[in-house]
Amino acid sequence: MGLVHGEQMVLNIGPQHPATHGVLRLQVRTDGEVVSQITPYMGYLHRCFEKHCENVTYEQVIPFTDRCDYLSSMSMNFGYVVAMEKLMDIKVNDRVEHIRVIMAELQRIASHLLCTGVYGLDLGAFTPFLWALRDRERILDLFEFTCGARLLYNYMWVGGLSHDIPTGFVESTLEFLDYFEPKVDELENILAHNKILVERSADIGVMPKDVAISYGVTGPNLRASGVNWDLRKNDPYSIYDRFEFDVPVGVGGKGTVGDCWDRFYVRIIEIRESVKIIRQAIASMPKEGDVHQSLPKKIRPPKGSIYARTETPRGDLGYYIESDGSPIPYRLKMRSPAFTALSVLDEIASGWLLSDVLAILGSLDIVLGEIDR
Amino acid sequence: MTVDYIFDSLNQLLPELAGSSLFLIISMLLPIALLLGFITIYGFGVIYSEIKVSSFIQDKTGPMGQGPGLHAGKWGLLQPVADGLKLFIKEDIIPASADRPLFILAPFLIFIGALTSFIAVPFGEKIIITDMNIGIFYIVGMGSLAVIALILAGWSSNNKWALYGGMRSAAQIISYEIPAGISLVAVIMIASSLSMQEIIAYQSGGITNWIIFDNPFMPIVFIIFFISTLAETNRTPFDLPESESELVAGFVTEYSGTRYAIFFLSEYANMFVVSAVSATAFFGGWQSPVDGFLDSPAWSVFWMISKTFFLVFVMIWIRWTVPRLRVDQLMHMCWKVFIPIGLFNVFGVAIWTILRG
Repeated sequence: MGLVHGEQMVLNIGPQHPATHGVLRLQVRTDGEVVSQITPYMGYLHRCFEKHCENVTYEQVIPFTDRCDYLSSMSMNFGYVVAMEKLMDIKVNDRVEHIRVIMAELQRIASHLLCTGVYGLDLGAFTPFLWALRDRERILDLFEFTCGARLLYNYMWVGGLSHDIPTGFVESTLEFLDYFEPKVDELENILAHNKILVERSADIGVMPKDVAISYGVTGPNLRASGVNWDLRKNDPYSIYDRFEFDVPVGVGGKGTVGDCWDRFYVRIIEIRESVKIIRQAIASMPKEGDVHQSLPKKIRPPKGSIYARTETPRGDLGYYIESDGSPIPYRLKMRSPAFTALSVLDEIASGWLLSDVLAILGSLDIVLGEIDR
Repeated sequence: MTVDYIFDSLNQLLPELAGSSLFLIISMLLPIALLLGFITIYGFGVIYSEIKVSSFIQDKTGPMGQGPGLHAGKWGLLQPVADGLKLFIKEDIIPASADRPLFILAPFLIFIGALTSFIAVPFGEKIIITDMNIGIFYIVGMGSLAVIALILAGWSSNNKWALYGGMRSAAQIISYEIPAGISLVAVIMIASSLSMQEIIAYQSGGITNWIIFDNPFMPIVFIIFFISTLAETNRTPFDLPESESELVAGFVTEYSGTRYAIFFLSEYANMFVVSAVSATAFFGGWQSPVDGFLDSPAWSVFWMISKTFFLVFVMIWIRWTVPRLRVDQLMHMCWKVFIPIGLFNVFGVAIWTILRG
């Protein structure tokens, strides 16, 4: 950036720092305000998820998946049960599938709300963050209404759900959606088209298509780079092939394709698409159906292995499960989308100013629980 | 003004001691005590309004528990008192590696800057501690003390975040003093005086005589001045020196307890001073908006405080609405936008003043 160079300083951002979204340590080399190198150190939240899973039965794994990405626990459950059902060849009834899709999409909205709100906070705007949390609270209320938990649900089970949806859930959800849709516009207006936010995020931290693909970045971060890739469309699981929705991709609305603004804006459009999916799912959901119908008496998958992937709010979540025929997984590996998103940070954020690095980090929407596992 | 008035009254009250240095000291200390009381009460008021305005903007209730009366209280009225009390009874921590004398000096220095600026703020025709003939210049000068305090705080903390905050604030405040000063030059040319009272006197006779409506350049001058004062008081969108999501807390990272409270209070006191300058220079100061309407001395205090508070409210409003600028954008805005426009305005106002005669 400037021609003047001074002494380089090593600065530790984190592990206790307000902008690292958890316990992440970024070791940055700075020359004045300009950052020349970023080394992320993670593992502060490592809880041996995969090793734990080798010591508990298959159904006991589900609460652990909750705790990996604690901001989208439903989607984490969803990915695991999809993998398990593929491995055991279980077919669940339509009602279960519909409820799962509704929950996963509500979770996507909640997660994206937090991400967009916190992005405002990273750039110094406090109010949109609280607006986003206010609406997220309504979604958590809906989850609490369903399964009693607000953050870690353990709701989706292999072959079904822990509970059916309560009476009145559909009405409350529709009421919430009616309330929520104008609020998305509000959030968009105060953030996405704010001149200062545009200045701070457009053309900053550009992630070109090839960089995104070579690092294995997935989810909204990949789509913001202009790649139309959404597992709900490209490799449909559950019943996503029955719904009409668009996959938003970054078009460089305020600058270059794949800049921070695109990554941020793609999420706002995705919120709207999720609302669309929930409305369709509610309309087509069968009234009758036992959510415990296909629950296996004993989870003892056949010998073999499976890799299944689903689209969480942060991207492509894959579970690799190796079964030796016992009720305990032989090996369970999780491919987490936030991990790849973090690994690309040095590539796209070096050379920017210190404030930009934190803006770029915020736009990648990482969750440390999922990175460290 | 006030000092002379108290001195004269004391002399008349006790003629046998007239002119003694005791009276001089009393007449100087009394306004300062009043001023400290005012700043404290104002501090509580503005912190309360910051909490409540932000709550209103953010769709929440804010504090409702602390208040006079029973446990439930009323509208959280005593929340600022509780906050202040909490800060004042906290342990005073000075980091072992800090530069002790400078670390201790910094909060005093910033508070002195804020406090001494107050003495030239007019609240009425006679209600001003000292009506200097260079009042407006004096306030601008005293405002610059803050930058020394912030650099001291940033440097002496021996903390990288604090250093970043200190350096940012130095660059920011020094830069933004130029557009603020240029804007005031335009005002001074119109009023042909540096004295706060004379600038106000020039605007007597109702809202149409206010300097902001004096000529087509003045609204632009006011906007530049107002934005520059936002930058000088480190308010969002220019709160880079203490940007909490980037620099943890910037120059106040290592400060806690009373010292932190003093930094905090000085920020709010500075907000009042710069808003008072805005009100004086552009909105007629303590004059009533309608000529002859409610213009007794007591009402003049009301007008001054309400005009100032309105501007403080706008500052709070902006703080809770917009994100923060980046450091190079901040400098770009100052040097490449505000200063050229400001100089053009000075030129335009000069021509206008000459042509008008």
